Amino acid sequence: MVLSAVSRAFLQSVVAHRATKPTLFVLALLPLAALIAGVVNHTLGPNPAETLIRSLGDWTLRLLCLTLAITPLRQWTGLSTLARLRRMLGLFTAFYALMHFSAYAVFDMELVWADIVRDVAKRPFILVGTTAFVLMLPLAATSFNRAIRWLGAARWQRLHHAVYAIAMLAILHFFWMRAGKRNFGEVAVYAAIVAVLLGWRLYKASKGTRYFMKLGSHSAKG
Amino acid sequence: MLLLKDRGFVHPIASEITSQAVFTTRRRWLAAMGAVAAWGPRVAWPQAAITANGAALPGARSTVPGALTMEKPTPSADASTYNNFYEFGTDKSDPAQHAHTLKTRPWTVSIEGEVKKPATFGIDELLKLSAMEERVYRLRCVEGWSMVIPWVGYSLSELLRKVEPTGNAKYVQFVTLADRAQMPGLRSSVLDWPYLEGLRIDEAMHPLAMLAFGMYGQVLPNQNGAPLRLVVPWKYGFKSGKSLVKIRLVEQQPATSWSLAAPQEYGFYSNVNPKVDHPRWSQASERRIGEVDLFAKKHPTLMFNGYESQVGSMYAGMDLKKWF
Repeated sequence: MVLSAVSRAFLQSVVAHRATKPTLFVLALLPLAALIAGVVNHTLGPNPAETLIRSLGDWTLRLLCLTLAITPLRQWTGLSTLARLRRMLGLFTAFYALMHFSAYAVFDMELVWADIVRDVAKRPFILVGTTAFVLMLPLAATSFNRAIRWLGAARWQRLHHAVYAIAMLAILHFFWMRAGKRNFGEVAVYAAIVAVLLGWRLYKASKGTRYFMKLGSHSAKG
Repeated sequence: MLLLKDRGFVHPIASEITSQAVFTTRRRWLAAMGAVAAWGPRVAWPQAAITANGAALPGARSTVPGALTMEKPTPSADASTYNNFYEFGTDKSDPAQHAHTLKTRPWTVSIEGEVKKPATFGIDELLKLSAMEERVYRLRCVEGWSMVIPWVGYSLSELLRKVEPTGNAKYVQFVTLADRAQMPGLRSSVLDWPYLEGLRIDEAMHPLAMLAFGMYGQVLPNQNGAPLRLVVPWKYGFKSGKSLVKIRLVEQQPATSWSLAAPQEYGFYSNVNPKVDHPRWSQASERRIGEVDLFAKKHPTLMFNGYESQVGSMYAGMDLKKWF
């Protein structure tokens, strides 16, 4: 659609190149590497634990947006090979969410599980964030091809639609976290991105496209 | 190192204090890490304001009971780059980056209301009004972190006595500077400006309630509330207004900014109290800023921030859950 046939063919081959996935893998680990370097060199500011927890949250949200962007991008540009990257981005989202939650549990709560349970119940934004994280776990656990076969494409697809709820919960988590200072600038940016990415799907669905079902059955054939 | 046991506070030994050389080396590392730091906006921290070149403001060791905690002071670099001063932005690193626009001279503070001798004092008069004392106070932020800061100044009561409060003066309201030309943060609607705070008159007259003009032996950096601020060590940090311009003695409990913005979250008293949680989080413990060990155990928060024996009697018989 947006691309000329030549540039699309070129980009298709770039995305399909065998070096693309390993490169993406390394790129996705860079934020974590930078944070670890920051811990080692004491460059995370006066409150390194807070910087660590918040940066890991930021990266979870960024990767979630990237994951959700794959399908619309593919539809807008016709770059069907982008689908190869979606699973890795989704798994990295779950990985950063795990790091984010672990950093909170270790540095904020010092791994006192009774305190964590009380904190999750007491603070709505923690509850919402934890819910989003817990919802990610079955998605990560069923990300491999055989899981699609076991579950059946339709059921697998329905399960993985939970990512839409996860995205909305993640935005709400960020919104409530910033509500204390009514500092909503960045929240608005992420909310707008998620709104466009989910809104596009609603728009497609309202036009009766069976895109997702087709994709599901295709993957299931493996 | 994972410290499994709380060992209480530890007296600083000379070798524990970050030397200038090590500090400078770390800053060089910071510069070297610039490229990596660009990965996230929060990773880049402003340069410290307290340096060897700052204007000195010495103070004699205070003799006020409780004014000199033996705990290890927070590194000055942290205390001057990790600040809540929303007039310059809501991120902790904003004040250090933006407060250079604050003009601290000329500066006046007017005192009015229920006083026999209302007056306006220039900053130079205030600096000479009483002998400068150094006081090392714990500072507990309502957000769950804390510092130990050597302030320079004198008891607020020294100033209040000069204007002779009348019998009707039951409370004191503090008004801080709100000037759009100097303070970029005023464009945000986080709070209604100017920032207002208040104390009961007996709290304001307590010798530990302090007017600070300096810290770490130097004139206050702008981001820490120059040229003068309140320091009330037994209350959450936000009670200690920065860059004061007006002090009003009044008969009724005055409005305060945070209790106007979120009355269910922030009460007028806001005494540090580990047993009364903030609606959003527990207040039972605190993270001490400047403890570089990421796995350092949090400190238990103390009643009245550890000043109970000095200030507790002012609240005898009060239900502190109700008057939070």
